[in-house]
Amino acid sequence: MDVYLPIAEVTQDVYVLLGLGFAVGLLSGMFGVGGGFLLTPLLMFVGIPEPIAVASATNQLVGSSVTGVIGHTRRGNVDFKIGTVIVAGGAAGSLTGVLLFGYLRRQGQIDLIISMGYVILLGTLGTLMLTESVGAILRARDADAQPRRLHAHSWFHRLPFKMRFRRSKLYISALLPLGIGYGLGILSGLLGISGGFLAVPAMIYLLGMPASVVLGTSLFQTVFIAALSTILQAMTNQTVDAMLALLVLLGGVIGVHYGSRAAPRFKSEYLRVGLALLILGVGIKLLYDVTVEPTNLFSIAPRVQ
Amino acid sequence: MIRLYSLLVLLALLFNVPARAQALVADLTEHEVAITTGFTGTRVSLFGAIEGGGDIVATVKGPARDTVIRRKSRVGGVWLNTHSVAFKAVPGYYRLFSSTALDQAMPSAARRVEGIGADMLPLAPAEPMDPGEADQFRTALIENLVKTGLFHTSPGAITLVDGRLFEATLDFPATIPTGQYDIEVLLLRQGQVVARQSLPLIIAPSGLDADIKDFAGLSGTLYGIVAVLAAAMAGWFASFLFRNA
Repeated sequence: MDVYLPIAEVTQDVYVLLGLGFAVGLLSGMFGVGGGFLLTPLLMFVGIPEPIAVASATNQLVGSSVTGVIGHTRRGNVDFKIGTVIVAGGAAGSLTGVLLFGYLRRQGQIDLIISMGYVILLGTLGTLMLTESVGAILRARDADAQPRRLHAHSWFHRLPFKMRFRRSKLYISALLPLGIGYGLGILSGLLGISGGFLAVPAMIYLLGMPASVVLGTSLFQTVFIAALSTILQAMTNQTVDAMLALLVLLGGVIGVHYGSRAAPRFKSEYLRVGLALLILGVGIKLLYDVTVEPTNLFSIAPRVQ
Repeated sequence: MIRLYSLLVLLALLFNVPARAQALVADLTEHEVAITTGFTGTRVSLFGAIEGGGDIVATVKGPARDTVIRRKSRVGGVWLNTHSVAFKAVPGYYRLFSSTALDQAMPSAARRVEGIGADMLPLAPAEPMDPGEADQFRTALIENLVKTGLFHTSPGAITLVDGRLFEATLDFPATIPTGQYDIEVLLLRQGQVVARQSLPLIIAPSGLDADIKDFAGLSGTLYGIVAVLAAAMAGWFASFLFRNA
């Protein structure tokens, strides 16, 4: 069954979009990641123009993170105060990202920047995950692993504007969560991702937040950063396809549900190896596409003033 | 059904006395095409009658918009867009039909005068530039539009019955741009235009798609807010749905 996407101006099979959403949702549910970093490249692979894929993925993220954050709030796993500070940084970052997006689009370089951004992100992430998960498998075999310190104290703990975050049992400079938020906002505006896979380690290792509140808080900030990016994209670049976002979201929420139920049945290290290989595969495909001589050197686009 | 309808209209046209005086009478089976959610392309019939013989050439021209063509080059191992030229008022869709081989119906000299055919479209760069380079990019632009199926030439696609009645099927792919289309029908004798008729066709999104597109264009901010709220509501609803599961 085909559906005409009004902003993307392409016709796409509904089941392809629902299936894509479901697959990404399944992974999110299994691994507790946002999945935005896979959704955008996959949308590009099925023929959605890059700028539309990015902006619509942020719209989709709003919905999927609302579902997640509600669940975490019920269990009391959200630090609203630090989340709000991160969102404040994210607002500035998102504006920067969306403006940069518009500028690069007018220069005709947005497609390349999106692809290269994903190559770098997915390449780094996939490699890190692969070494980490293979390491975990090996460590599990020889059982006398050393417990690690939660976080080390270093120069950034001496920064000014200290704030107390009770839920996370932290007394740190507000500049740290603001800075993390700014970085996440740029990623959201430019690449259409929540950056959860970067935010989670940053919150654990840089801020020293307890692992129990990290996922919920990361989802909380994603709701607002993604919402702001979506609105800014719609305002400045007119690239948000709400129809596309809702279809992918529909498949996604069902996928998350089954993914989170299926997750306990598998050994998590092996799941992570699988995900790492998938991420690397998508990254390699994107890298291949930008480095191999294209069959057509020319491309056409409406002129954006 | 369309053919029967065309035939009836044709008969009416032929026996209509004032129309007899005209060398060319043409019409479309539809003047408005609605793009709905399940749109996968559409067909419209062009039909008509001519008096005194001749060849027919018809063009379908989609809404014009400024278009940029970019050329990639290899820079440091990756292919990036290094050259670009913007052209003014490029039709988003262009189709040429003729009743016989194009060169026979209308020689290229006549086509140049009338601006008929993708290669004869008067496409001008938006900014002044070297004419040689502009030509190179213009050729590439047309080649690429042909490749995407948006520019197409169908010689012989107009069926002429008895030298008087003609019909052609205009099939539009799902990727067509929306807006006002202009269909121009020319009657030629010995390569010279002896009669012409212009027919408008509107291809517009309708229903939910049209509403979304209009809304997004009219107020991006409000559209963005609604898109966010819709996604948030869907997310909230999903959490409610799976709460007990």
